[in-house]
Amino acid sequence: MNKETKNLKKLIINHSLELDCGRTIKNFPVAYETYGTLNKNKSNAILAFHALTGDQFVTSINPITKREGWWTTAVGPGKAIDTNKYFVICANVLGGCMGSFGPKEINPETNELFGTTFPVITIRDMVKAQIYLLDHLGITQLLSVVGGSMGGMQVLQFASLYSNRTFSAIPIACSASHSAQNIALNELGRQAIMADPNWNKGNYFKTTLSPDKGLAVARMAAHITYLSKKGLQEKFGRKLQDKGSLKFSFDADFQIESYLRYQGSNFVDRFDANSYLYITRAMDYFDLEKQFNGNLSLAFKNTKSKFCVISFSSDWLYPTIENKEIVIALNACGANVGFVEINSDKGHDSFLLDVPEFLKTLSEFLNSTYNEINNEKRI
Amino acid sequence: MKLIMKKEFKIISKIIQNNKRVLDVGCGDGTLMEHLKFNQQNDVRGLEPIKDLVQKCISRGLSVIEGDAEKELAQFPEKSFDYVVLSQTLQAFLDPEEVLKQLLRIGKQTIVSIPNFGYWKVRFHLLFKGTMPITKNLPNEWYNTPNLHMCTIKDFVNFCEKKNIIIDKSLCLTNEKISEITNNNMFYKNILSQLGIFIIK
Repeated sequence: MNKETKNLKKLIINHSLELDCGRTIKNFPVAYETYGTLNKNKSNAILAFHALTGDQFVTSINPITKREGWWTTAVGPGKAIDTNKYFVICANVLGGCMGSFGPKEINPETNELFGTTFPVITIRDMVKAQIYLLDHLGITQLLSVVGGSMGGMQVLQFASLYSNRTFSAIPIACSASHSAQNIALNELGRQAIMADPNWNKGNYFKTTLSPDKGLAVARMAAHITYLSKKGLQEKFGRKLQDKGSLKFSFDADFQIESYLRYQGSNFVDRFDANSYLYITRAMDYFDLEKQFNGNLSLAFKNTKSKFCVISFSSDWLYPTIENKEIVIALNACGANVGFVEINSDKGHDSFLLDVPEFLKTLSEFLNSTYNEINNEKRI
Repeated sequence: MKLIMKKEFKIISKIIQNNKRVLDVGCGDGTLMEHLKFNQQNDVRGLEPIKDLVQKCISRGLSVIEGDAEKELAQFPEKSFDYVVLSQTLQAFLDPEEVLKQLLRIGKQTIVSIPNFGYWKVRFHLLFKGTMPITKNLPNEWYNTPNLHMCTIKDFVNFCEKKNIIIDKSLCLTNEKISEITNNNMFYKNILSQLGIFIIK
């Protein structure tokens, strides 16, 4: 993919940022989008973090892909994260491919695209880059930081690094340290990309070819992990795709096959293969517990932020038990934390879908937090 | 803000007063927590096993964790709360002794209330009807009651003595009226009261 990202809203960060890998970057772009209006006392700002394949276009129509933003179910006028009320900020992560500093950007030193010469980045690097954006917007304390999956990891990292910069934090369907199973699944995706001859050691941008097949397979495999067995069975079962009987071939006989192929081919139009490698790596490297020598509760020591941890019953990628470890760590240091597991058959993807109980919890937590911060009269 | 709160909660709120750290175990829909937080400026957490109630609490701006006290209490550090509250739930645990042990570990003081199985209506019911007692406080049948370990006020006091648990205060509710339980009046209070409220440590 090589969609034009030149005209997107960007902040060039003038500071130098030392990355976890040891390299230092400076004058790098962070592409971002905002929704709603910042109120007078700047108390209604929410920083949303996107997941692996998301971008800054949380809601409305994404101007590049022409599709709805990735969290339109939850964010927008009158939605759980109501943009009539809140000022929502979202930035494309470092390593991403929607205008922020990533492998698809030009290396000023060589005047060539970075490709795999781009430094390996971490969740902590992503979060550090976004704090400059908040400084630029003049926001000293957010109402909340919110995100699911990798977005949730950024929430945790943010709350740990900058606890005084947010009044509340909502980590959703995530983990404080990436599990072996999740590293394995990410590795599967990366190997699919790298096994595509068009990948060309990451230099595909020098040719007219791109590793679409590999990236599509990576997406297909990942997509399965976002759903649940029950959800898949109910939605697809053994239904056949536009045919009355099996064709005794390797075409997509079953609806589920066709669905996955569609998901894969759709994805390559909007995502960069190298970005996929970098961002999955960042997720794998995420281990907040290790950052604090094996004691996760030290990550949140003295935090004043109010936490609301949310998990989903059918999420096997970031299961409730991993979310609960965050809760236990927060309780161990006396932090202010609430936790609820939402019943849903929709697997990990639940946080992106129309799951009313989830959206209600999100909406009401934010609402009560907003009232608290603004000392409004309670009904 | 005016809250319609049962007498028991009013008594507990009065004991706790202001600016304390409180854990409400089995906090239900958060009525007591809400009062403690917003009217008495306490720093309150809750634990509740029923999802719908947890969501209700979160929407009220209360920090409640979904979970079962028999499993979840271990995660809280020692003496991390000024008060731990357990309202009419002790009898519903599989292992009330262990839960009580945890409460005493977590709280500097623990407030426990118990529906009194020694209440005269309960005794009458069993004595004359010959079936398991059903009262306003104990509305379920024997086959669907969540109450596994019913006890009387006297049982609870004896239990504390046996386990070297210090009772700072023993109160009882008799027809919505509050009074103190002493060694002298124990016999009558154990017959006349629907509810016992104890501050222990």
